[in-house]
Amino acid sequence: MIPLRRLLLLVLLTLTACSQGAPADRAGSRGPGANGSSFVTGSIGEPSTLIPTLATDTSSSDIAGLVYNGLVRYDKNLKLEGDLAESWEVSPDGLQITFHLRRGVKWHDGKDFTSRDVLYTYRVTVDPKTPTAYAEDFKQVQSAEAPDDYTFKVRYAKPFAPALASWGMNILPAHLLEGKDITKSPLARSPIGTGPYTFKEWIPGQRLILEANPNYWEGKPRLSRYVYRIIPDSSTMYMELKAGGVDMMGLSPVQYQRQTNTKEFLARFNKYRYPASAYTYLGYNLRLPMFQDARVRRAITCAINKEEIIQGVLLGMGQIAHGPYKPGTWAYKAKVENDPAYDPARAQALLREAGYVMGADGILAKDGKPLSFTILTNQGNDQRLKAAQIIQMRLKKVGIDVKIRVVEWASFLTNFIDKGKFEAVLLGWTISQDPDLFDVWHSSKTGPKELNFINYKNPELDRLIVEGRGTFDMEKRRDCYYRIQEILAKDQPYTFLYVPDALPVVSSRIKGIEPAPAGIMHNFIKWYVE
Amino acid sequence: MANYLIKRILMLIPLLLGITLITFTVIHLAPGEPVEMQTAMSPKVSAQSRARLREFYGLDKPLHVQYAKWLGNLSRLDFGRSFAPDNRPVLDKIKERIPITISLNVIALILEFGLALPIGILAAVHRDTLLDRAISFFVFVGFAVPTFWLALLCMYFFGVKLSWLPISGIHSLGSEQLPFFGRVLDLAKHLVLPIAIATFGSLAGLSRYMRSTMIEVLSQDYITTARAKGVKERVVIYRHALKNALLPVITLLGFSLPALIGGSVIFETIFSIPGMGQLFYQGVMARDYPLVMGILVIGACLTLIGNLLADVSYALADPRIRHGKG
Repeated sequence: MIPLRRLLLLVLLTLTACSQGAPADRAGSRGPGANGSSFVTGSIGEPSTLIPTLATDTSSSDIAGLVYNGLVRYDKNLKLEGDLAESWEVSPDGLQITFHLRRGVKWHDGKDFTSRDVLYTYRVTVDPKTPTAYAEDFKQVQSAEAPDDYTFKVRYAKPFAPALASWGMNILPAHLLEGKDITKSPLARSPIGTGPYTFKEWIPGQRLILEANPNYWEGKPRLSRYVYRIIPDSSTMYMELKAGGVDMMGLSPVQYQRQTNTKEFLARFNKYRYPASAYTYLGYNLRLPMFQDARVRRAITCAINKEEIIQGVLLGMGQIAHGPYKPGTWAYKAKVENDPAYDPARAQALLREAGYVMGADGILAKDGKPLSFTILTNQGNDQRLKAAQIIQMRLKKVGIDVKIRVVEWASFLTNFIDKGKFEAVLLGWTISQDPDLFDVWHSSKTGPKELNFINYKNPELDRLIVEGRGTFDMEKRRDCYYRIQEILAKDQPYTFLYVPDALPVVSSRIKGIEPAPAGIMHNFIKWYVE
Repeated sequence: MANYLIKRILMLIPLLLGITLITFTVIHLAPGEPVEMQTAMSPKVSAQSRARLREFYGLDKPLHVQYAKWLGNLSRLDFGRSFAPDNRPVLDKIKERIPITISLNVIALILEFGLALPIGILAAVHRDTLLDRAISFFVFVGFAVPTFWLALLCMYFFGVKLSWLPISGIHSLGSEQLPFFGRVLDLAKHLVLPIAIATFGSLAGLSRYMRSTMIEVLSQDYITTARAKGVKERVVIYRHALKNALLPVITLLGFSLPALIGGSVIFETIFSIPGMGQLFYQGVMARDYPLVMGILVIGACLTLIGNLLADVSYALADPRIRHGKG
């Protein structure tokens, strides 16, 4: 037991040795600008698999998006353009799409890309043995064929407008996968695609490294390396950003507004701001008699000050949502009739009209039943909780009693949403590029685990949704979606709250960034370092 | 002794079975299942795709069939494949995370014992003096300060302000190209903050424990006898008292065996250390049953072995127990 003191001494020595060793390397590799023409970005999550057909998480698609291509893609103005397909035609009856594939495109292992790869990707996705979440996209396909190496034809049973966008699905290399079990393929950990970056290495839990593809058909990307660091904590990521350890991250509204306006920060970083493709809403369970009266739902919307929520929750970094589309996109209608604005007096009038009278306790009631409900939201999203609290305060002022309940995500889904056991929910949706609303709003989608869980059924809306997805004519589609926005504004099955802003920040050593409606990543391969 | 050992080891088998049965049941009782967590609220997923995924993972079978299948595989030391979309063998996932966790924990454990024991002894010997109070204050600060907060402060100070130490992760970019010594130094620099903070936070428990056992021993008759004989105070403390006061510490060491593979989620998340804590947490959140069960089984085994080792070494170290049991 005597060596104990010696041990202590040893420990102390090691400690001092460590702290002396550190400053020697002060000008080491971590200073700002030391990454050369590597681009380092941080991610909270780690990709699960790099075979995009099997993945469902955003981290996986971040990487897959740089390694693979689809036949089509959205350009910076969110219009579809050719990617691996040079062009395409839709037959006059809208039933057949013919893709003319780009020639001379090579897989990262040097093999030619051909229509065989497209056909394989389609087949493996619809194969019942493949555990994929994306088979739905291709379910409407009646037949697919590859008449020659650079032509690919698909036939649909009826015209289906979202079909075109579904061919943005990443195309997999048939020569490496055909006849093999896709779930056991090594490509999941080291992918081979046709995209601007080739896979270099993946150190689990730490980082993925991609390298510029010198043979990329659009030209070699100017940033030679793409490093995807896994940093699960956003405060840590922010420190890394400031210390030069990452070049780009998404800021929170507080960071954007309050912590990054110093001269020093603005000299080292460029901040960007544009609407994100998402909206937050308050949804009502329309199975309940209380919410079946549209006047009640309109009244609630009138009582909520959406601007105040944006100020309080997002510090102003967002805009009011009126419907399910992103402001500025082609399906979005800027001026919607009947859209209830903030007007507490009108809210009270509407509630009186619906038969509610003010009780002695300051709560409205009808037939002895108080107008009271619980807003349910998921744990871990502070913005939603704050929004619910602001709504609670506003509704109290017009005589509606609101309680708030926060539930863990899994239990939220299984115990409340799936069983229809909720009154109102505060949640968000991502806004997809194609404006088709079938999955969330069509009355056929009200079954268990389906997305119209508020049970909204409106025959006119159903008709318009089906009409909108049944034609390739943009004018006709837009008319449908404009009309849909008017109906939703009048009915208020949701109170659409806000569209938050995406707030990316990029090190100022990175040049060539062009903000556009699609965000900033659309011309990533043209970014460069001076 | 040998009989006793064999009995103890045989006892472990039903115990382990019971543990797996209970954990398996509990984890399946939690709402949500892997498919649900992967596909919930996604407009692209139809009921068929969901059914297809459930079938792929074998979740369509009754629970007892799933358990029997899992147990059968386990008896051949096959932990199964993860229910995450990557579908990798659970053992691979654990293997790539365990080295960093064990090394971190071993270093932290050595530091913890190396610092906490002397601190505790010092406090006991100088009981109720200013030194004792200062030590108590110091270790309780470490105990009370939230790790994540202290970690962020240190990161900001040493990483951003002074740029002495890296902020997170365990290797710098491009460290692969460094010579061996450079790589070790790079790793060491990354570990300074996490280990220092982990150790600081854990000093309180052990040092207070050491202090109280030491105080108890110092009040024993044989210590008084030793002092009365005129033995030097240093010898009294370090030879007579310490030996006896250290006995219970053996038990504590045994208990820390399972902790070697467990990592703190908050800690690993803050420092971006790809360790077991994160893996387990992600597994739980995604309801990745095979992964969670795999980690729990390994943890349970280590706990049982740790207890056994503690008992055995206690018996070896303490003649009273050795002779009493025979």
